[in-house]
Amino acid sequence: MNVVDVVASWLTDGRNWVGVEGIPHRLVEHLTMSAVSVAIAIVLALPVALTLGHRRRGGVVAIGLSNAGRAVPSFALLVLCAQVFGLSSGVPIVVALVALAIPPIMTNTYVAVTDVDSGVVEAARGMGLSGWQLLARVELPLALPLIMGAIRTAAVEVVATATLAAALAQGGLGRFILDGQSQNDVGKLVGGAVLVASLAIVTELVFSVAQRLVSPVDRARRAGGRLRQHTPSPPESERMEPVRTSIEM
Amino acid sequence: MVAFVLAANGPDSLIWWDWVGRHTHQIGAALLEHVELTVVAVGTGLLVSIPFALLARHYRRTRAPIFAAFGVLYTIPSLALFFLLGPFTGYLTVRTAEIALVAYTLLILVRNIVLGLDGVPAEAREAARGMGYRPWQLLLRVELPLAMPSVLAGLRVATVSTVGLVTVASFIGHGGLGQLIQDGLRRNFSTPLMVGALLSVALALVADLLLLTVQRLATPWSRR
Repeated sequence: MNVVDVVASWLTDGRNWVGVEGIPHRLVEHLTMSAVSVAIAIVLALPVALTLGHRRRGGVVAIGLSNAGRAVPSFALLVLCAQVFGLSSGVPIVVALVALAIPPIMTNTYVAVTDVDSGVVEAARGMGLSGWQLLARVELPLALPLIMGAIRTAAVEVVATATLAAALAQGGLGRFILDGQSQNDVGKLVGGAVLVASLAIVTELVFSVAQRLVSPVDRARRAGGRLRQHTPSPPESERMEPVRTSIEM
Repeated sequence: MVAFVLAANGPDSLIWWDWVGRHTHQIGAALLEHVELTVVAVGTGLLVSIPFALLARHYRRTRAPIFAAFGVLYTIPSLALFFLLGPFTGYLTVRTAEIALVAYTLLILVRNIVLGLDGVPAEAREAARGMGYRPWQLLLRVELPLAMPSVLAGLRVATVSTVGLVTVASFIGHGGLGQLIQDGLRRNFSTPLMVGALLSVALALVADLLLLTVQRLATPWSRR
């Protein structure tokens, strides 16, 4: 039997889809770990980045943090957290994942807010909007697509790194890879890798759809569609999404 | 507090400095392997990226598929990619480690080369053509030098991320400093684990600063 058949039979074997060691349970573990971490990172980083961006201040902090954060190898960070805080629970893993997710969210949100067209900001001020109204009604909506992109970057990275939690006696889909390796079970090993890769790609896709949904331009176009106002869509080249990299220059 | 924890010295402390002293050779070898894996991966990545970047630039229609393909590769978590390649290039081979490491550099490098070349002012290109430069001379003597800041920025990002990914390659036995981490995990012995993790963080930071310096020195005009 070739490897594709072995993997296919592992993935389609009903026994692998039930119980604590089943695919659904491992998937839930993986998603819980990731979602909690990204949520905490958003709660911590977003208000700070929005405030700094709104005041056009603290750029050195926001960007420097991302450069430092980018340089730290994720596996090393995971291992250090586990070693320093102990592994009686999944908490150290979440701490490491939060630390990984903060820099991209922080930097990109800051940049997103400072990049809002200064003419628009001036106009809003001229209309008498207070600082808070300006942030909530002008800057945030205009920055939202980029902020969503920042969250996407963080989420994909967290989902990828959560795989490594298996090496620290935790659950998640990485378990299949490492257990498959130690048990010499190619189906489980490569099957697990297929699941992990698929989850990362699906995460990427889900967030890129979300990003498109919050884009004011797209929203306007959809609203326009309902009103039967036919605005010509921009050429393909302008609609092309920029390539995501978890590391910004 | 950190200093206090690190000052503790015994088999059960976070770092047992005596062990470190007795294993400097092993630690040095791991560090060297880490640097080697990184340099080979980034160097190969650069060689592979250049033709793709030129292709993407010359035939605009190839741009989207090239970025999409490398983007998908980039999204695949490294642990998974190492094992997905296993059936084709061997489960525990250096080849598998390097192929995956190279794959991760491609998106960053191709994107930065293309951005750099796109940014070359049309006037500079026109002037060179007017001076009788042939297309390849134009590329080598005018376009590539002007694209340098972007290319170097890409190299820096690719190098630092590769340093991090090499630690993960320890799961297939070729992880440089990551090998020390695995050793620590296997034996439930904190010292090699801490040494491997801390040194790989340090290596990433040093590589980042080093390449930043190169970037500044090579392109003095780009300094703000």
